[in-house]
Amino acid sequence: MLYREVGQFRTSYEADSGIFPIRQDRIAMLAVLAVAFVILPLVASPYLFSAILIPFLILSLAAIGLNILTGYAGQLSLGAAAFMAVGAFASYNFVLRVPGIPVLAAFVGGGLMAALVGIVFGLPSLRIRGFYLAVATLAAQFFILWALTKIGWFTNYNSSGVITAQPIVIFGFHFDTPRSKYLVVLAIVSVMALAAKNMARGNIGRQWMAVRDMDIAAEVIGIRPMRAKLYAFAVSSFYCGVAGALFAYSYLGTVEPEAYSLDLSFRILFMIIIGGMGTVLGGFLGSAFIVILPIVLSVTVQALDRTLHLSIPTSVASNLEIMVFGALIIFFLVVEPHGLARIWQISKEKLRLWPFPH
Amino acid sequence: MMRDSPQAAAGGAGAFDGGTTDRALGDVLLRVENISLRFGGVHALTDIGFEVREHEVLAIIGPNGAGKSSMLNVINGVYHPQQGTITFRGKARRHMSTHDAAAAGIARTFQNIALFKGMTVLDNIMTGRNLRMRAGLLAQALYFGPARREELEHRAFVEQIIDFLEIQAYRRTPVGRLPYGLQKRVDLGRALAMEPKLLLLDEPMAGMNLEEKADMCRFVLDVNEQFGTTIVLIEHDMSVVMEISDRVVVLDYGRKIADGAPDAVRSDPAVIAAYLGIVH
Amino acid sequence: MVQFFFEVLIGGLLSGVMYSLVALGFVLIYKASGVFNFAQGSLVFFAALTFVGLLEHHVPFGLALLIMLGVMVVVALLIERLVLRPLVNQPPISLFMATIGLSFLIEGVAQILWGANVRGLDLGLQDEPIQAISDATGMNVSKFDLTAAGIAAVLVIVVALFFNRTRVGRALRAVADDHQAALAVGIPLQHIWAIVWSVAGFVALVTGLLWGARNGVQFALTFVALKALPVLILGGFESVPGAIVGGLIIGASEKLAEVFLGPYVGGGIEGWFPYVLALLFLLVRPEGLFGEKIIRRV
Repeated sequence: MLYREVGQFRTSYEADSGIFPIRQDRIAMLAVLAVAFVILPLVASPYLFSAILIPFLILSLAAIGLNILTGYAGQLSLGAAAFMAVGAFASYNFVLRVPGIPVLAAFVGGGLMAALVGIVFGLPSLRIRGFYLAVATLAAQFFILWALTKIGWFTNYNSSGVITAQPIVIFGFHFDTPRSKYLVVLAIVSVMALAAKNMARGNIGRQWMAVRDMDIAAEVIGIRPMRAKLYAFAVSSFYCGVAGALFAYSYLGTVEPEAYSLDLSFRILFMIIIGGMGTVLGGFLGSAFIVILPIVLSVTVQALDRTLHLSIPTSVASNLEIMVFGALIIFFLVVEPHGLARIWQISKEKLRLWPFPH
Repeated sequence: MMRDSPQAAAGGAGAFDGGTTDRALGDVLLRVENISLRFGGVHALTDIGFEVREHEVLAIIGPNGAGKSSMLNVINGVYHPQQGTITFRGKARRHMSTHDAAAAGIARTFQNIALFKGMTVLDNIMTGRNLRMRAGLLAQALYFGPARREELEHRAFVEQIIDFLEIQAYRRTPVGRLPYGLQKRVDLGRALAMEPKLLLLDEPMAGMNLEEKADMCRFVLDVNEQFGTTIVLIEHDMSVVMEISDRVVVLDYGRKIADGAPDAVRSDPAVIAAYLGIVH
Repeated sequence: MVQFFFEVLIGGLLSGVMYSLVALGFVLIYKASGVFNFAQGSLVFFAALTFVGLLEHHVPFGLALLIMLGVMVVVALLIERLVLRPLVNQPPISLFMATIGLSFLIEGVAQILWGANVRGLDLGLQDEPIQAISDATGMNVSKFDLTAAGIAAVLVIVVALFFNRTRVGRALRAVADDHQAALAVGIPLQHIWAIVWSVAGFVALVTGLLWGARNGVQFALTFVALKALPVLILGGFESVPGAIVGGLIIGASEKLAEVFLGPYVGGGIEGWFPYVLALLFLLVRPEGLFGEKIIRRV
């Protein structure tokens, strides 16, 4: 009864083209934004910010980035974390070497550097497709991390290999508490998510999906698959680069290559598989899932430990996490290959009919 | 539905408002000469040549495996012939890239409906407007100014095509969910969105029942008469071919065996022999 | 100097044989079911770990080997039933991602069962230079490496014969080409897949034993799977001889690059060199050394 379009007539193409054509959706979105921007900063604990919300948002951004490349444009990539690393190190170097640069500009610069690197490693996609391309992205992952570790210039010849990220100062305000960092991250991620949604609905998004679905037909219509793919690599890497910079500056506090390992690349891939490939919402849902799941698992294990006195070693818990991830991937691919986003969409459609069955 | 009967020329508003175009045939729009195409040892096409005049409807027919689809693929650049020339709108070349063909005004539909299964009907047809969309990436990301105007403009145009093809109810349906006949219509819509001078239709009626075929025939004729689009189509159904085409080219084993008005071709002994499979 | 070069080369070739073995497992499954089985590496790890675990529980070597064969077959059947069968209609990319999930699942299970410590595996072969060869040429060629190469060669020949000379092998090739068509002529798809995955499991077992004996049975074994990718690119995903040649090339070039180029750039290039090599190769020949050019029909 609540979720109905009855009475909502869209009388122009403009109205029909909105992201949230149904009024209830708009209200829901505003509520989410209100909670995110206003309520949470007032009530949430520092732990919630630092351990859950901030990584959730940052990884959502990376997931959106990977989704652009793999979900929308259909180019499988196993190297998302490497582009995050490029963004992090590039931002660090911008702040280090360009005196007085605003940190936001450094983040953008980091993203742009990542985009450039993304284009370079995306060039093979013009000749290679499918799994072969996955290998090219693996090459990126391993090579980039090696380069960032070995080439001293990137780390400012720091002997310990661990660099502290500079503080975030915007217009004279210091963003150093968990709450303030959360707000910075939230603002950046919100804007970029909106931009991603706009691109996905626009001409470039259609080009990406056309290249993904049937690139020969796309060529016949006049789309240049080469350009579409390179744009996908560039935009995707930009998003991952900014996410990487945020990862270093707002979450870890340090800029280190090890944080951007192949394991993280896989995690982000899992996020988009579970969350839903080819959707912006999927990036958020998948990230939430992957961030919260280890916590749920460890809480469950601890509870079992206490109630049943099983004394489960910690190694089992972390392996359990790996196992559950693996099992979930298979589960989702079998049951709902379009991920949580599709489950959400189906739920909404059912809700439109509720309380009637059909 | 005879070719000569008066058509109610109720054109839509805007860009599709062609009224009744002068059905007199124009100059030669497309000429192919000495086209030969090989795949390894397989000779798909041997020394094919014919012309298509502007506003004409040309049918290419022939038994299975005669090379008809290959011929269309050569015209729009999917296959590059080893020999021969293609002259389109006065420009002669050995072959063109698919992109150039699209930019020059050649659009096509596919035998196996090469639609983008992950997208809705509306989005599929919107992809046909791609060549006319100029807004840059940043403008699109911000949905700002020129990008927004462009998107809405092209949306309005595509809606006219949707009206024309009578698929309004399906515009937000993912094409993978549509029945075969409707998918073929969307395929046609996507080609029409390119506002082509030359439209290549690869078996547009294949797999359709009588009603669907009648609808498709009507659309094809309307496209030709209202918008003046030149049409080359591959078709197996002889009644359709006789009804709607101005001229017929017959291929067999990669060679042209007849070229002329439908009635003349129908009674050509070589054509009859080819279809009956008489050894020659 | 030349002698040193050859030593490194041969060492590289022999370690390349190991890569070939892993790639062989990939090729088998890809040839028969069209699935790129990312989980091959974790199967290798699981096989080695379980075998060592059995040995630690004082199960005799021969019996443990037999048990492992059975275990791998069971695992293969489970995979076929729970992962492959439900996904039979999905695009290949979904199957590939399912195998990524599978690899994580298998790793997790293996480590929960047997713990995460590094273990040694003694197969009775020593990693020492062969007296006869070092006497004759002055080069050090490891007894272990050479035996491993021999075992691998035998295995590869057996598998190749299996594929090309037996009825089951022919059925496997039919299934690889076109699932639907194979079903249409009455080939029992599920049985075939179970057979293939079992054979791949057996190859994984042999690979795991050899690798584990050489480098210790540890989690890093799973990264071996990733190294197989450049091998497959060079050799093609569907070619058994390609897997061998690819493995040898990657093994040799990796070692040579590390030893001769490495010092100039700070070392550690083994980690990415094979991938970049494969990448460059792909740019020139997208189908791989032994792959087939696919002409796409519109």
